[in-house]
Amino acid sequence: MSVTLFSPLTVVLGGVWALLLLATAVVWRLEPASAVNGELRPRVRSWWLIVVLCSLALTFSRTAALLFFALVSFLALKEYLTLIPTRRADRRVLLWAYLSIPVQYFWIHIEWYGMFIIFIPVYLFLLLPVAMVLSGETQGHLRTAGSLHWGLMSMVFGLSHLAYLLVLPQAQYPHVSGAGLVLFLLLLTELNDVAQYCWGKGLGKHKISPTVSPNKTVEGFVGGVVTTVLLSALLAPWLTPFSTVDALLAGALIAVAGFFGDLSLSALKRDLGIKDSGNLLPGHGGILDRVDSLTYTAPLFFHFIRYFYF
Amino acid sequence: MGCAALRLLFFLLVVKPFLLLAVGINVRRRDRLPRRGPALIVANHNSHLDALVLMAMLPLRLLPRVRPVASAEYFLRGRWRSWFATRVIGIIPVATCGGGSRAEVLEPVRDALAVGDMVIFFPEGTRGEPECLGKLKTGIVWLVEQLPETPVHPVRLSGLGKVLPKGHWLPVPFLCDAWVGETLRWQGDRSGFMAALAASLTPPEPQVAAVREGQI
Repeated sequence: MSVTLFSPLTVVLGGVWALLLLATAVVWRLEPASAVNGELRPRVRSWWLIVVLCSLALTFSRTAALLFFALVSFLALKEYLTLIPTRRADRRVLLWAYLSIPVQYFWIHIEWYGMFIIFIPVYLFLLLPVAMVLSGETQGHLRTAGSLHWGLMSMVFGLSHLAYLLVLPQAQYPHVSGAGLVLFLLLLTELNDVAQYCWGKGLGKHKISPTVSPNKTVEGFVGGVVTTVLLSALLAPWLTPFSTVDALLAGALIAVAGFFGDLSLSALKRDLGIKDSGNLLPGHGGILDRVDSLTYTAPLFFHFIRYFYF
Repeated sequence: MGCAALRLLFFLLVVKPFLLLAVGINVRRRDRLPRRGPALIVANHNSHLDALVLMAMLPLRLLPRVRPVASAEYFLRGRWRSWFATRVIGIIPVATCGGGSRAEVLEPVRDALAVGDMVIFFPEGTRGEPECLGKLKTGIVWLVEQLPETPVHPVRLSGLGKVLPKGHWLPVPFLCDAWVGETLRWQGDRSGFMAALAASLTPPEPQVAAVREGQI
């Protein structure tokens, strides 16, 4: 992953910075510092943090990027395990679950695809219940095994697909870099979230799923899909090997998957009685709310591009 | 206190990075924490990490003057543990299960407050079950009666009992909360003071706990 000053990657990153500068200027004008319920300013601030960290991780080196995504997996899994009820007897099991993160990212580092793809779905799926059985506690066994594995599949296995994009062999596409693919997926996933939010705020009337997430509307969803598909067509020639048709398909895939990833995590929070994660963990509503869509888009986009191009 | 530098290094290189990365403490109402001594910082107690977390919440420059009150029976056992607890952490050891009168037991704590130290005090006396507040002992009342000017800063900690509970040595990462309550001052009313203190340290619940028990 060698990055020169003017590669497609840095140009697109520059565009992101410009966009964020613009957004910052607009928000600072729209929302005076004294606004009591100002939710945009903190949001823009956290976007700066995300964009700066991602830019550094993607341009510095492949190892830096892998470490960065491993850290994201860790923070997401920690937030998830804090939210779900856990039994005292499972402390050791939870440590094993955390330890799976460096191992999973190590498989990516040595580019061992076969192990990367089965380590969590097969080996940890079988091993963690064994560790639980050894602790001797049977009450709540299925509940614990199920919720633990769901967390690992989403926060570690799912998100690590993002990192595997970095090491896909790229010899046949000279202008494509792994970091560029990651940037493409990250950008479209997050912009899709933003677009669905904006379209929904502006035109939203018909609720899609009132019981899970009352803010989601048909208008927001459709507007988001159209926006993301167009953005995909615009960005794909810079960052990906996609043909025009595939770029449109990838955009639609990311938009729909991102929507359901978001919804799936909303359902989880409802189930735990913490739709307002602010009540339980103020300020911590952070990581999970940011990666929820990615847990769906990353594996689906990865297999789309791997099947058709690598 | 000969090891102020060692304490600073320990917090800078071990405690703070560990709490930031492996645990993640969300401090609410940090502005209510004391900025100078003498002050009593009073918290519920579920884990060995509690004292370290409370110390790490304060600015580093105050660290040399922060002293957690801890059990002499436990922390003065063994040469290394004793050295680490008294020199590096800077605990005030008190004899929790001796037969001494309250005044005898708490005298060193009063002396520390009298010279302007910030004292961390766990009125439950020992580490209890996570997310449950044990019965508060009244030694704290004796202290504020002796030094009625001392502000009392209650801090409610949650989650640390899951990270490192009693009887375990391996910490497991979870996010934790530290909520700084309104500063209490001694008004001469014993039961009123204890009630206000207990209210500040009791977890809000029960709705969250009920949901956690019943569902998933």
